Amino acid sequence: MIDILNLEKSFRKVKVLKDINISFNAGQVVSVIGPNAAGKTTLIKCLLGMVIPDKGVVLFDGKDIRNDDNYRKHIGYMPQIGHYPDNMKVGQLFKMIKDIRNISIADCIDEELIDAFHLRNIFHKAMRTLSGGTRQKVSAALAFLFCPRVLILDEPTAGLDPESAETLKSKIISAREEGKLILITSHIMSEVAELADSVLSLQEGRIIFYKPVTEILSEMQEERFSKAIVKLINQYQHAENC
Amino acid sequence: MKPAMLYKLVILIGILITGVADAAAHTIIVHPSLKVKNISQALQQAHNGDTILVKQGRYAVANLGIDKSVTLLGEGYPVLDGQMKGDVLIVNVNHVIIKGFHICNTNKGSLRNYAGIRCESVKNIIIENNRFNNTLFPVYLPKTSHSVVRNNVINGSSHENTTAMESGSGIYLWYASDILVDGNSVSGQRDGIYFEFSNGCTVSNNRCKNNYRYGLHFMFSDSNTYIKNIFSDNGAGVAVMYSGHIIMLQNRFEYNWGPAAYGLLLKEINDSRISDNIFGHNTTGIYMESCSRNQFSGNNFNMNGWALNILSDCTGNRFDHNNFTGNTFDVSTNGSPEQNSFDANYWDKYAGYDLNKDGIGDIPYYPVSLYSKIVENIPYAITLFRSFVVSLLDKAERAIPSLIPVSVIDHHPLMQQYRKS
Amino acid sequence: MLKIAKYTVYDIARNKIILSYAIFLLVISLSLFMLDNDPSRSLSSLMSVMLIVIPLVGIIFSTIFIYNNSEFIELLVAQPVKRSYILLADYLGVAGSLSLAYLIGMALPVTIYAPGTTGLYLIVTGIALTFIFTSIAFFCAVISRDKARGIGMALLLWFFFSVVYDGLLMGFLFLFNDYPLEKPVLFFTMFNPIDLARITVMMKMDIAALMGYTGAVYRDFFGTSIGMVFTLILLAIWAVIPLIIAVQIFRKKDL
Repeated sequence: MIDILNLEKSFRKVKVLKDINISFNAGQVVSVIGPNAAGKTTLIKCLLGMVIPDKGVVLFDGKDIRNDDNYRKHIGYMPQIGHYPDNMKVGQLFKMIKDIRNISIADCIDEELIDAFHLRNIFHKAMRTLSGGTRQKVSAALAFLFCPRVLILDEPTAGLDPESAETLKSKIISAREEGKLILITSHIMSEVAELADSVLSLQEGRIIFYKPVTEILSEMQEERFSKAIVKLINQYQHAENC
Repeated sequence: MKPAMLYKLVILIGILITGVADAAAHTIIVHPSLKVKNISQALQQAHNGDTILVKQGRYAVANLGIDKSVTLLGEGYPVLDGQMKGDVLIVNVNHVIIKGFHICNTNKGSLRNYAGIRCESVKNIIIENNRFNNTLFPVYLPKTSHSVVRNNVINGSSHENTTAMESGSGIYLWYASDILVDGNSVSGQRDGIYFEFSNGCTVSNNRCKNNYRYGLHFMFSDSNTYIKNIFSDNGAGVAVMYSGHIIMLQNRFEYNWGPAAYGLLLKEINDSRISDNIFGHNTTGIYMESCSRNQFSGNNFNMNGWALNILSDCTGNRFDHNNFTGNTFDVSTNGSPEQNSFDANYWDKYAGYDLNKDGIGDIPYYPVSLYSKIVENIPYAITLFRSFVVSLLDKAERAIPSLIPVSVIDHHPLMQQYRKS
Repeated sequence: MLKIAKYTVYDIARNKIILSYAIFLLVISLSLFMLDNDPSRSLSSLMSVMLIVIPLVGIIFSTIFIYNNSEFIELLVAQPVKRSYILLADYLGVAGSLSLAYLIGMALPVTIYAPGTTGLYLIVTGIALTFIFTSIAFFCAVISRDKARGIGMALLLWFFFSVVYDGLLMGFLFLFNDYPLEKPVLFFTMFNPIDLARITVMMKMDIAALMGYTGAVYRDFFGTSIGMVFTLILLAIWAVIPLIIAVQIFRKKDL
């Protein structure tokens, strides 16, 4: 569904992404992991066309995303920190996005999360008055609103209370069952283990490995996923040092 | 109205009445279908004091001398066509009245001053209610005196590409005296009204518009009076030179645009009075060169580029109770004109105050701005007018008034516009 | 695109600054007209105010607005909307709101107290200046990621066009006074939108003086209706060029 070929990007002199080649397919939940400043967010922004790569191409359904804006119709994006116009009210925000997307009755609208997070109760509040967690809920609801084929979730559960985090996780799982492609960045390994089919590990702008979770567990002969991951990462680092 | 003028008017009206009384004796009617077919035929039969009534029609008349003191009356504006052969009418005797004709087509060229009506060395002539068109010098009065030119309508050449030099003056007085020029309208000539060496004349209620050069032009003509005339849209405005004891009252000098166009250009004009006139929308309202002892009061200077440009060789001129409004520059000068006085004028750019409420500003006004001095030296600096830089300059100058001439100063600027009571 | 512009206008309308701007202009215009019983004089004072205030407020407000509006832009770029549309819509929203404030604050009093061609010219050039300096502001905001730097640059550009440029032109005139400068001066005024606007209004206000020394060329250029159309086209170019550059940069910008 999404193919990334020879992607490179630097900010000034710092190379943030180095020769990334990867493919994502429908029905997959891919967890992108890596330490801070590994290039996770930049990679995601490249997929969204928010960051323009220096080299390489991103193909969506086999089509180059450069000079195309329509493919974003199929992507729901939940940013790490949602920035919204301060003066806008929550209800207006949803209305505006629907308006801008030119939604007709025939299109799918998924307001399940709006209800699950009880967002309707705060429709009259201005965005600037919301807490970080509530903003996350708004971001999540927006990402799922248009039943997109691809979901890109940047640290989705960070800042959410446990109950809401669970709500979101089950929503992600049901989306996977619907055959959607879901990309998640996360630092929480238990969450990765719970949700992901495959893990993409980035470090200093490079792909360290891209493997299915089951494979990782069996190769490392560990039952606990977090231990297996640490082991695997160490293995790659040693390999590099030799 | 002054007594001298009234006296003149009485005499002129007297002339008119006697003319009419004589005419009652014999009237000769002229028309192509009648026995007397043309004017020269009529003149042969006429005696002094007769009236020749010319019926509507077209008459070929060229260089027709009028040698008897008759009244020529046109009915329905009969056309006297000069066929480009020279003058049309030539008046050679005193006491002639010419009224109600349409005179056209004199000869052109610079050989002679071909005239519509030429009156040479005669007196007591009345030229009234005539129309002129395509005549080189419509009304030409060399060495004529005690006469009236009234309510004539003069339109210059009908040819589009006529230039100033190819056309003559509308009403041209040369060594003439005691003439009343009243209520005429002149356009499309080189100069509307032109006086040379002519004295004691009154020019009133005339409208000189759209002439190629000057609306009014005179030289070496003293003691003339100009009242309630309108001079507008002329190529170079009005220029008067080398004369003294002029009186100009209640005239309008308007819409004269161009680098060499002036509402009123005064050169070596002395001992004159210029009052209650309106100078509006001219590039320069009044331009003065070598003028002395003149009095300017009660004039309105409105929306001119330069209201007053006074050269430093002018002395003893007095400006009081004039209104300066909406002008780009009020006063400009090339140096430091001495011994001229500005007192009790209204300046709309005056930013002073009047604490004792006597209607007179408490601090003096300097009408020459630094920027106008700059523009004097660098003409293209006009491009920067109203820019922030220029207003900074003028602010700086107000703080340190060192560059502007101190001699041009109004110690008693009025707080309100002056209105004649 | 108009939809997005609509939301930008909503956002600005909630902002008190644009309302204060309209009231500020209204107070100035009304007091100028009421304190002076000669409307043509008020009009000339108003023109001086306009030439300073419109570019300054236009460029500063717009620059700050774009920086403060980055969230909105960020939200929209993840949506299936063309990037150039986002910026153009923002431009229309900002320039439109500023123009509306100008129309209420200055154009309305002018049409009431001093109707006529001079007033009309003042109104038209005022709106042109609003669009031009909003456009320059967008350019500044897009090329500089740092807010302080962007605003600084906007201020500098305003100062350049309002003061420095004319100062340099004055110096140029002093230096080359002996040469025929008609055409160079005309040429140079085209490179400063404020000068262009100023001379356009002056052609009505100070026609008599302009017909003086430098008359012929000015009348031939600005005075005719062809010249008028040409000036309007030039002003339009001034509004369009910085905006086009801003859009080009914005399309390739990382957010």
